[in-house]
Amino acid sequence: MKLSDDEKAMLDGSRGKARRKAMELLVRYAEALGAAGFVETSNVAGVPGAATPFLQQHYRDAGGSYAAIFSYFDLDSDELLEVPVAATHTCHLQGGYDPEQWQLLGAKQEAVQLAQGSERFVQNRGVQILKTCTPYQVGNVPRFGEHCAWMESSAVVYCNSVLGARTNTEGRESTSAAMLTGRIPDWGFHGDEYRSGTHLIDVEFPVESMMDWGMFGYFVGAAVQERIPVIRGRYAIPDLIRHKHFGAAAASSGGVEMYHLVGVTPEAPNEQQALGARRPLEIIHYGAEQRRQVYRDLNSRARDSDVDFVMLGCPHAALEQLREAARLLEGRHVSANCNLWIFTARSIKLEAEREGLVEAIRAAGGVVLTDTCSAIGQALPPGTRVVALDSAKQTHYLPAIMGVQAWFGSTGDCIDAAITGRWRGELR
Amino acid sequence: MQAERIVILRGRKVVGGVAEGEALVTRDTISGWGGVNPMAGVIIETRHELRGQSFKDKVLVFPGAKGSSGWSVVFHLARLAGTAPKAMVFNEMTTKVALGAVVMRCPSVTDLDQDPLAVIETGDWVRVDGDAATVEVRKRVALAG
Repeated sequence: MKLSDDEKAMLDGSRGKARRKAMELLVRYAEALGAAGFVETSNVAGVPGAATPFLQQHYRDAGGSYAAIFSYFDLDSDELLEVPVAATHTCHLQGGYDPEQWQLLGAKQEAVQLAQGSERFVQNRGVQILKTCTPYQVGNVPRFGEHCAWMESSAVVYCNSVLGARTNTEGRESTSAAMLTGRIPDWGFHGDEYRSGTHLIDVEFPVESMMDWGMFGYFVGAAVQERIPVIRGRYAIPDLIRHKHFGAAAASSGGVEMYHLVGVTPEAPNEQQALGARRPLEIIHYGAEQRRQVYRDLNSRARDSDVDFVMLGCPHAALEQLREAARLLEGRHVSANCNLWIFTARSIKLEAEREGLVEAIRAAGGVVLTDTCSAIGQALPPGTRVVALDSAKQTHYLPAIMGVQAWFGSTGDCIDAAITGRWRGELR
Repeated sequence: MQAERIVILRGRKVVGGVAEGEALVTRDTISGWGGVNPMAGVIIETRHELRGQSFKDKVLVFPGAKGSSGWSVVFHLARLAGTAPKAMVFNEMTTKVALGAVVMRCPSVTDLDQDPLAVIETGDWVRVDGDAATVEVRKRVALAG
């Protein structure tokens, strides 16, 4: 493996024990990948040091401290380390609890205090506590071509596809190691060749609404798995919210980390450039029949039309989505048999509070929450059996994780379900 | 009557070490976070062909990883909980499966000279030598008569 002098210095311990352990982990990881070396990164997004009761208990013999969790779990070290300040710009993605409304989420005080302590632990080491799965909605917008080390599949696909920055889907351990070293294996999406499209998708049914982009993403992920689709045909230019739902869905039904939308995304000015020198492995059609099928698939996880819970904000809601929810709720009230939770980032909620949106949603019986979501936080209102969602990603995960039924539809279908307690969504 | 036939696959080391056990084979890619319950070592993804099955102490033979970036954490937790597979054999390299194999400290091999999904069946006895990058498969063969 080719190592720079800086990397050798980290590896031989002259930059301290923790950076050495971080570098050792990165070398093991690079060898596993078959990478020849590292790229420098100054944009890391992970969940460094996040403490849970399980981890604290598991490392209790080592003191169960935040440093112990960071050493043994994040860096996979066999010795306890002193954790230094981050070597590079690092932000913390989503967590498990809303810091103010954790009781509503059914969280235990002990677990919340532990999580908040670990948040301060890394904050004191320079980490920005963004606490969202959508760092790109709250100011972390890497420049074109920038090497990043990001976790969170929906953020990764956005970073590569929409921004043209470069990241693989990193994990907790690799991002925590990158935080201390500013390095990540030079593999996959960091190189030009890997970024070319592999499959052509012909869009024959116009994709316009957010719901349609979510369904289309779910179709594409299932069709190409972890490959790179090049999409051409009938679509209106999507905004941030549509890209977000498309990518999140494609990264759930499959492992899509990058897509090219011909004429829209920065590395796809035309079909040829998006495909590079490659001939597409397959040409896949998306028409009315495929659209109906994906809608049926997404709604195959529900039977009962009585809905007890509506969750929006997967990925975390943009300000415009909170405005839309408030508008749809105007003059109405959430059914006594139903709960409505909308998840967003802290800074977006702050903005929404200033606009009166949080209060408007609260007055209608809904709640705006931050930091987490029902899947990540494993949190549902007590007794929840049937959920309504406007996110294909959440529909993919929530029934598996929480054993609930889930309907999928538009934001409007979901708000209607919250008001009436009944699912009346349909494919229009 | 039964006899054994031994097949040896050669590939590339992902994580070193040697381990053997019964194969658990799937043609479906595996989702870590949201697809696996690490405390039980069980696959939970709604439509996975191995849904409800445990990979604890098995040699997991699969196409590759998909889904959330929580893949490594989930399999790392499985190691702590004692539910991890003994070894892994897979086709498609991704950062998810590479990092997961590293932090699981689980002997793993990829890029094999024959498709492991075609050669290995659930129940075969498989020995994975990560350092030599070999996978030895003991297949039970029914003898005629």
